[in-house]
Amino acid sequence: MEELLRIMSEVRPDIDFETETRLIDDEMLDSLDIVAIVTDVNDEFDVEINVNDLLPENFNSAKALYELIQRLQYE
Amino acid sequence: MTRNVLEFLERSAELFPDKTALRDENEQLTYSEYMEQAKKVATYLLANEAEGRRNRPIAVIIDRNIRSIVAFMGIVYSGNFYVPIDNTMPAERVKLIYDTLDPVAVIDARSNTAKEVEGSVTLDSILESGDIDEQKLAAVRAEAIDTDPLYGIFTSGSTGVPKGVVVCHRSVIDLVEAFADTFGFDSEMVHANQAPFDFDVSVKDIYNAMRNSATVVVVPKKLFSLPKLLLEFLVEYKINTLIWAVSALRIVSDFKALGAVDELPKLRYIMFSGEVMPIKALNYWIDNVPEPMYVNLYGPTEITCNCSYYIVNGKQDELKALPIGKPFVNTRIYLLDEKREKLVTKPGEVGELCVSGTSLSLGYWNNKAKTDEAFFRNPAITEYESLLYGTGDMAYYNEEGDLVFASRRDFQIKHMGHRIELGEIEVALNAIPFIDTSCCLYDERRGKIVCFYQSETEDTKAIVKFLADKLPKYMWPNVYKRYDRLPMNKNSKIDRVKLKEEL
Repeated sequence: MEELLRIMSEVRPDIDFETETRLIDDEMLDSLDIVAIVTDVNDEFDVEINVNDLLPENFNSAKALYELIQRLQYE
Repeated sequence: MTRNVLEFLERSAELFPDKTALRDENEQLTYSEYMEQAKKVATYLLANEAEGRRNRPIAVIIDRNIRSIVAFMGIVYSGNFYVPIDNTMPAERVKLIYDTLDPVAVIDARSNTAKEVEGSVTLDSILESGDIDEQKLAAVRAEAIDTDPLYGIFTSGSTGVPKGVVVCHRSVIDLVEAFADTFGFDSEMVHANQAPFDFDVSVKDIYNAMRNSATVVVVPKKLFSLPKLLLEFLVEYKINTLIWAVSALRIVSDFKALGAVDELPKLRYIMFSGEVMPIKALNYWIDNVPEPMYVNLYGPTEITCNCSYYIVNGKQDELKALPIGKPFVNTRIYLLDEKREKLVTKPGEVGELCVSGTSLSLGYWNNKAKTDEAFFRNPAITEYESLLYGTGDMAYYNEEGDLVFASRRDFQIKHMGHRIELGEIEVALNAIPFIDTSCCLYDERRGKIVCFYQSETEDTKAIVKFLADKLPKYMWPNVYKRYDRLPMNKNSKIDRVKLKEEL
């Protein structure tokens, strides 16, 4: 989780990813942030987040994204 | 002869009164409703803030909604011009714009106006009270001429103050007539508006649709982070026309989204601009959606959206640069040498791309110095007045006679579809208490703004927090490098050449 928070904060140092839960719904992250985060997550966690995973429920919070990563690693 | 863009609206309202003109997630308006609401806004303005005022700026606090467009046309009916303001921008930048602009009124067109903006009037309250004074509106129109300003759009300025480009009716009429002639636009078109209204790519959606009695659908911003849902939206709303920033098309190709949906939108036109389209991304689109006409559009805000176009004929060679093509009808393009004295005509020889014609904007609002710098006398014509706009973009002709973009001539860069003056970022950086001095460079290869700063403290987070109050997000550097001392050149200036080597 710490690794993920580091990745996300690097893309957007101005957002507190530990507390935010509406990153997509409130349009806090834009498309370029998503691209940057997904690219780094795929590299660092050795997963393949694909277009079907790009849904608000997977990206609204760091916790939700972490759960997605765990699911993908488990597969 | 069309002298006012409202003639497009009125003609469409007469021919297609009940057709959907504007649509967003929450509401839609027919052409007759669109016109009626705009007239109500104008009647209110003429009785209040804009009484007796003509050709003055009126700010609109915009949202991703069709109400913003209604506010724009209301202002135009009042004989004034609109300036879109994005209130999610840093407060300091918004204030700089207001200080430069000194608008006679501010209309808040946001869908959620819970947080009231001081000194503004909400569109809701205007429409509620609304009656229409046709006589007054006719009187305004009778006096209007086609060189009256239509809108102002603010762009990055090197001294830290944004510049307001002012565009007149005639330039926009010229633009949409050229598009209709060149591409065969018609009333069956359904535009998916991607570009925010303070970005002039959106001008093409608003006015092409208005001229052709077509439909504009405003796409919610968050869908551009969710490519699969974005494509589903395009299908659901029967979109057939995309006039988008390159970055928006790339989100679909980067995630290979076209293969992940059950149904693809039935597209007729895909037009893109804002930055160089990577051929890989373009070929991915053409492979999966071969039917539409693909067009590479080029041009800065100062010449009313676009001055050249290149119709893409099938998949492109990945090793070749995609041309920006040929000038639009009623537009002339010159390449000039470094001193802006001589024409460059040989294929392959690079010169500054300069534009001449009706598309030239009226210059920068209340900024004669910057206007004179960018708009200057055509050196090839000395006997009468002929104005050129120097884009600062360096280009050349290829063997086929098409223009190809080469590079920038100054410290302005193109990043994420925005023209940015690196100087404006440096001004903001140098205002940070613990930074002695700074320099920003653009790493073209990786598409990143790199910040070199001199400071005893290394604290990227603090820098970004500070910048977030001053600059829109697309202007924040992507990479930070701290130095005890930045290298200097012989003239005691920061040695940009040396720093460039460290990219």
